[in-house]
Amino acid sequence: MTSAAPGAASAAPDEPTLRRILRATEVDTRMLGMIFALALIWVGFNVYTQIQSGEGLFLTPRNLWNLSVQTSSIAIMGTGMVLIIVMRHIDLSVGSIIGFVSTIIGVAQVRILPEYLGLDSPAIWILAVVLALVVGAAIGALHGSLVAYLGIPAFIVTLGAQLFWRGAAWWVTAGQTIAPLDPRFSLMGGGPHGSIGATWSWVLALLACVGIVFSLYSGRQRRARFRFPQRPMWAEYLIAAVGCFVVLGATLIVNAYPWPERVAARWAEANNVAVPAGGLFISTGWAIPVLIALVVGFAMTFLARRTRFGRYVYAIGGNPEAAELAGINTKRITVMVFALMGMLAAIAACIDSARLDSATNVLGQLDELYTIAAAVIGGTSLAGGVGTIYGALIGALVIQSLQSGMILLGFDSAFQQMVVGVVLVGAVGLDTFYRRRTAKG
Amino acid sequence: MDAQVRTPLIEMKDISIAFGGVKAVDHAYIDLYPGEVVGLLGHNGAGKSCLIKILSGAYKRDAGQIFVNGEEAHISNPRDAKSYGIETVYQALALADNVDAASNLYLGRELLTRWGTLDDASMEAEARKVMGRLNPNFRRFKEPVIALSGGQRQSVAIARAIHFNARILIMDEPTAALGPAETAQVGELVKQLKSDGIGIFLISHDIHDVFDLADRVTVMKNGQVVGSGRVSDMTKDEVLGMIILGKCPPGALPGPGAMQG
Ligand SMILES: Nc1ncnc2c1ncn2[C@@H]1O[C@H](COP(=O)(O)OP(=O)(O)OP(=O)(O)O)[C@@H](O)[C@H]1O
Ligand SMILES: [Mg+2]
Repeated sequence: MTSAAPGAASAAPDEPTLRRILRATEVDTRMLGMIFALALIWVGFNVYTQIQSGEGLFLTPRNLWNLSVQTSSIAIMGTGMVLIIVMRHIDLSVGSIIGFVSTIIGVAQVRILPEYLGLDSPAIWILAVVLALVVGAAIGALHGSLVAYLGIPAFIVTLGAQLFWRGAAWWVTAGQTIAPLDPRFSLMGGGPHGSIGATWSWVLALLACVGIVFSLYSGRQRRARFRFPQRPMWAEYLIAAVGCFVVLGATLIVNAYPWPERVAARWAEANNVAVPAGGLFISTGWAIPVLIALVVGFAMTFLARRTRFGRYVYAIGGNPEAAELAGINTKRITVMVFALMGMLAAIAACIDSARLDSATNVLGQLDELYTIAAAVIGGTSLAGGVGTIYGALIGALVIQSLQSGMILLGFDSAFQQMVVGVVLVGAVGLDTFYRRRTAKG
Repeated sequence: MDAQVRTPLIEMKDISIAFGGVKAVDHAYIDLYPGEVVGLLGHNGAGKSCLIKILSGAYKRDAGQIFVNGEEAHISNPRDAKSYGIETVYQALALADNVDAASNLYLGRELLTRWGTLDDASMEAEARKVMGRLNPNFRRFKEPVIALSGGQRQSVAIARAIHFNARILIMDEPTAALGPAETAQVGELVKQLKSDGIGIFLISHDIHDVFDLADRVTVMKNGQVVGSGRVSDMTKDEVLGMIILGKCPPGALPGPGAMQG
């Protein structure tokens, strides 16, 4: 919808191969640029660590698996931030919402719910998650209402909210850290037990491949029914092949990362499995938070592209007055977008606190900035109307790759911040330059 | 056909709206019968757009009443107006720049599949049909409308107004961005819609456009009605006199904005 796709692919004979492939597959060249940048970062860090310590530390199953887990919470929030920014708003409060929601659900699952349900009830984690979603959505809806109905700029509302909810998070626990959390709840944070293992990872990967092929096929059927121009057949095969290759390759990598020796040994002892001489190799597989992030990514893409709500968000971002004149209830959409953002921040709060197995009022500090950066690096325009969900996912991966790469290299956190700052400004600068050039043709 | 004994499709009475100190519309009135084209003329800033934006629900009036088919209508937003069959082509076109023609055509009234998701394929197919009738040269269905020319954007805006069985069509400077051929096309379209029994408000500050198409005209100046009358009872020069000087000729009914004496 936002990317200009060429119509019929009637190739000029002397067109260069790469350009012909790009046109026939209708891929977003901007996305290719981002993936290229990401590849550069990955290879760069790997080569650097190789020179520094004799072995490449970045492109290892262990590091890539960790990267996937660390990226998930910013990626989840990034998908919502895209819609907020597309509507010409901003949300500076998401980091504080994480802090507040995590303390609320921490108190609920450790101090309140066990009193009624018993310590070991499986309902605890479910109620905690539901509570998180409800609280997050309510907070977001409150922000959205202030923006939509009172006309207070979103920047101010969410700046105030950032202070307010961070302070409120302190009040909930009087500054105490709540730990440990419910063991089932903690699975949402990943780790050896919070991952699905090799078998299920392959099952999911195969299902994903089937999904890719099916969606390409049904898209082709639909276009045929309306006699719209089709992509050439080889382009469809190419897309399917690349898609399946990425899915299967990523699964191979997460399955190549074994459980830590001690965890595996403890598991073997508990299950009466003999440990072989070289140690036990148990594949970790896809981590639960990463799966949550992928599901959120799909759901948000669906919401943005296939529903009225999404269409209205983009239309309002493109021209708020025109949307209003077309009869769209722009105020209600504004409230809904902020509520959605609050809900996504609540999911991030669950993942973050589960990962640390504790709830504290300082959780999520600065996350709003990384979330905005992910959306913007992913191609969301602050002028409104333009941005994609997958862009935010890749943007989150770029930021997290930079950070975890610098940690591998032993850079201190002050220096990391400086680099991320420069990259943010540089990325937007490059993008602006690129857009201006392509706009001129 | 004697229009005067029938109930008017639209009757706006004693309408006022002010922005700060500016009385943009000052006790103005206008009416419209089925199958009739009424021209609304006046200088820049006369209040034409404001008056019709009140009818289309874009602005809330400070005072006055609106009747649709003789019954008082409650119009406080664009959705209300559309529910009365009032469709508008706005002067500023009011398109969502970053989505494509089909999405604009159906904005606010999207076609859905049986699962409640957007049926983009059907919308595009319909858009191709409508645009094929309106502007056969139109090809750029996949691009955001910001990439279209002024005339192409105009045809999208017009298509949107006529596609949903409008009973009352408001066209605010519909030919402003068009070349002579497209202007003639819009003229043909107006005649065709008129013969279908649709009532049309045609707004312009160029009287030549309006004179050939309109049955009656109302002229505004400084937010007030100078006068209104049948085109057949007036000459172009007389109407020009109304617009520029506010002088109401004998063939027209004078309003509060008419020059005294
Ligand atoms: N939203 C607004 N806020 C403040 N003033 C307004 C607004 N809209 C219109 N006005 C004022 O109301 C008056 C009438 O404007 P209007 O747009 O109705 O003129 P018009 O007759 O349509 O002129 P044109 O031929 O240039 O389109 C002008 O003085 C204008 O400045
Ligand atoms: Mg006007």
